[in-house]
Amino acid sequence: MSVTPILQVDDLSIAYKTGDREQRVVHGVSFSVAPGEVVALVGESGSGKTTTAQATLGLLAGNGRVEAGTIRLNGTDITHWSQKRLDSIRGAVVSLIPQDPGSSLNPVRTIGAQLAEVMQIHKRGDRKAIQARVIELLERVGLTPAEMRARQYPHELSGGMKQRVLIAIAVALKPALIVADEPTSALDVTVQRRILDLIDELRRESGTAVLLVTHDLGVAADRADRLVVLQNGRIQEQGAVKEVLATPRSAYTRRLLADAPSLGKPRPARAAAESQDFAIEVTGLTHDFPVTGGEAKSFRAVDDVSFKVRRGTTHAIVGESGSGKTTAIRSVVGFIKPTAGRILIDGVDLTTLKGEALRQFRKHIQLVYQNPYGSLDPRQTIARIVEEPLLNFEPIPAADRARKVRDMLARVGLSESFLERHPRALSGGQRQRVAIARALVLDPRVLVLDEAVSALDVTVQAQILSLLDELQKTLGLTYLFVSHDLAVVRQISDTVSVMHKGRQVDGGPIETVFGRPDSAYTRELIEAIPGRSLPVTDLPALAVPPEHPSRLSP
Amino acid sequence: MARYLLGRVGQALAVLALTFTAAFLLLQVLPGDAIMIKFMSPDMGLTADQIAEIRASYGADRPLWERYLTTVGNFLTGNFGISIQAGVPVSQQLATNLPPTLLLASLAFTAALVLTIILAALSNMVGMEWLRAGLQSLPSLFISVPVFWLGIMLIQIFSFQLGLVSVISPGPVERLVLPVLTLAIPISAPLAQILMRNIDQVLAQPFVAVARAKGASRNWVLWKHVARNAIMPTLTIAGVLFGELLAGAVVTEAVFGLSGLGGLTYQAVGNHDTAVLQAIVVISAFAFVTINLIVDLLYPVLDPRLGTKGGALS
Repeated sequence: MSVTPILQVDDLSIAYKTGDREQRVVHGVSFSVAPGEVVALVGESGSGKTTTAQATLGLLAGNGRVEAGTIRLNGTDITHWSQKRLDSIRGAVVSLIPQDPGSSLNPVRTIGAQLAEVMQIHKRGDRKAIQARVIELLERVGLTPAEMRARQYPHELSGGMKQRVLIAIAVALKPALIVADEPTSALDVTVQRRILDLIDELRRESGTAVLLVTHDLGVAADRADRLVVLQNGRIQEQGAVKEVLATPRSAYTRRLLADAPSLGKPRPARAAAESQDFAIEVTGLTHDFPVTGGEAKSFRAVDDVSFKVRRGTTHAIVGESGSGKTTAIRSVVGFIKPTAGRILIDGVDLTTLKGEALRQFRKHIQLVYQNPYGSLDPRQTIARIVEEPLLNFEPIPAADRARKVRDMLARVGLSESFLERHPRALSGGQRQRVAIARALVLDPRVLVLDEAVSALDVTVQAQILSLLDELQKTLGLTYLFVSHDLAVVRQISDTVSVMHKGRQVDGGPIETVFGRPDSAYTRELIEAIPGRSLPVTDLPALAVPPEHPSRLSP
Repeated sequence: MARYLLGRVGQALAVLALTFTAAFLLLQVLPGDAIMIKFMSPDMGLTADQIAEIRASYGADRPLWERYLTTVGNFLTGNFGISIQAGVPVSQQLATNLPPTLLLASLAFTAALVLTIILAALSNMVGMEWLRAGLQSLPSLFISVPVFWLGIMLIQIFSFQLGLVSVISPGPVERLVLPVLTLAIPISAPLAQILMRNIDQVLAQPFVAVARAKGASRNWVLWKHVARNAIMPTLTIAGVLFGELLAGAVVTEAVFGLSGLGGLTYQAVGNHDTAVLQAIVVISAFAFVTINLIVDLLYPVLDPRLGTKGGALS
């Protein structure tokens, strides 16, 4: 190539200092971004993708250090520039679209002030000119009426709107390169699509190159020209998107592709439901929340939702944030009393139970939460965490309890050496296994999984999904699976309810809903799922990779 | 907004009413009273009947609830009662003793805040890491330093060793320098540490990284983004520490021989002069509550999230 790349990274090594020793997290990474090109840095947590991206902005965390290699911007080596010198190019030549729009805007300053700031720092025009440009930019990213938006504070905007403001900040000075660090990971799938479309449009207009950092192979496949696949700080392979996806050369890329949930893939065959009776029957579930200070007296979070789940099958509740799915399942597990409707679990109406009867009933229906970091007490050992539910019900001799805990850990694929460890010593996937063991130790009939794999890397996610599948087969469990991720839902569920603004807009067998959706909303949702460009492979998505043999007892 | 305001003012009034009642009850259960201390001494040569008469004239023979209601009524109309020991109205004593203490306390409070901001700003500058490390280890030391000891040490060093501040007939400003420092230093050390910790927390927020990515320098980020976010929790603690300052003022006035509420309190405690003590307690509570009310009312001004009602649902 004769053109000077916008970004040229050569043999870059980065280390973080913790205590007295330095740990290298990026090892000899080299890649380049040509003008107008979109290059995706793809990898799981700990792959060094974010560290690499931060280094290109000169914004490594305080304990991070470039050990070797060079970062060239437009041919100029900026690796050892002072912060003061870097300030002159940040925002103007290279800018950032951050990961979490929720915390990436200063809560005490207006949108307009934060957008104007980037122009004030680089002294682009007087007050009046900057104000006019602020309005122009807000309109360009679709935030209207712009005059009103400029005066609002971040808390008055939704997540997608905040990300639009951050995009406006990033493109304000027409930089040569935008570093987009997981720009849509915190957003709903329909919002994600619109935001990615907007970034695409704006970069085409000004010919800006984009370094897209993402864990989502689907997003990378749809949006990037070239892929750089990172694992443990080393490049596994790089090349044009189509080539890498069609003929991956490294084993790691192949595994990522196999594990990435995608609608384009054939759905793994699931055992047909043998049972004819229903484990869960929800009829006319409605939940109102009282509202103070507004015009309406109450807010209807769940509106007349009904579904039935056969014993031993998986029913998914799908919806974006604010759809009411969390409220719905909180009613199903008996944490809140619905305003109206019936919830039958194994024929018992949960809404009529109170006090001790309700508490006793809870052992039949257990919950696994989204965040495996927050849901385990950091001060308890794994043995203690898994044992705890047993202590809440009829007493069992200590020896029996210990045996039950060991059996359960074995079932979820954790060896006895985990018993005396603490949660902090475990990886995200291992923690989620512990959470599943804790939920199963009471031999429940129904397991409610609230976004239980959403926080996990795709390879770990695939392992947990496969574990859930096996447990369902051997224990005859009924799952209620709550998720925003339609590709995952399609892999593991038999039936599905699609929720939108509290209502169930679609429902029924998974193939019907995904193949011939009734509602426009479900169609929009399905179309918004990234990963259309992922190749259709014959690899069974639920297969446990050979590097991680399952330790499940048969 | 109006509801927030009314709620906070209501809370402040409730605290005042409770303090008044608690102080009244505690002062009543103290053994002995000012009348006994003053008039029962054998030198006065008063008979039991005469003393009973004096008691009746002060209303001291009335049942507790009646005295309580009378005192409440008097306080509400601005009548703080009569100091039995001095034989003059309490309001007259307050008129001479309150202003110097008020001056001392407000100067010390302002000095503490200024000192706090200077310390926090300095410790965030490049090349000031030693100050940062020092401050972070200081507060435990400073909290354990008694005010009277600090006062005496300051006099020793600045007046006797260095001769910078005269102790014999000092000027009006010179007289206040050391007492203000004595009061301000123990408050500013923990405040500075809290402010620094808040600054560190805000610096770790993603919006700071976004500001840096705009090309903002470290100082720009510190003043335009971090300061306002970090000052809010610090203000709350400052309001609470104001109580510390009131207690410190009593001791400081004694150490430096200043006249003020401190001296008055000291005498009144010795003489069981309940009327004076009741007035001092209520005035201190009033000052404390007012400062904290101001802090509460500043919050919605500093943080727009508290100024609007409704929120995500609307």
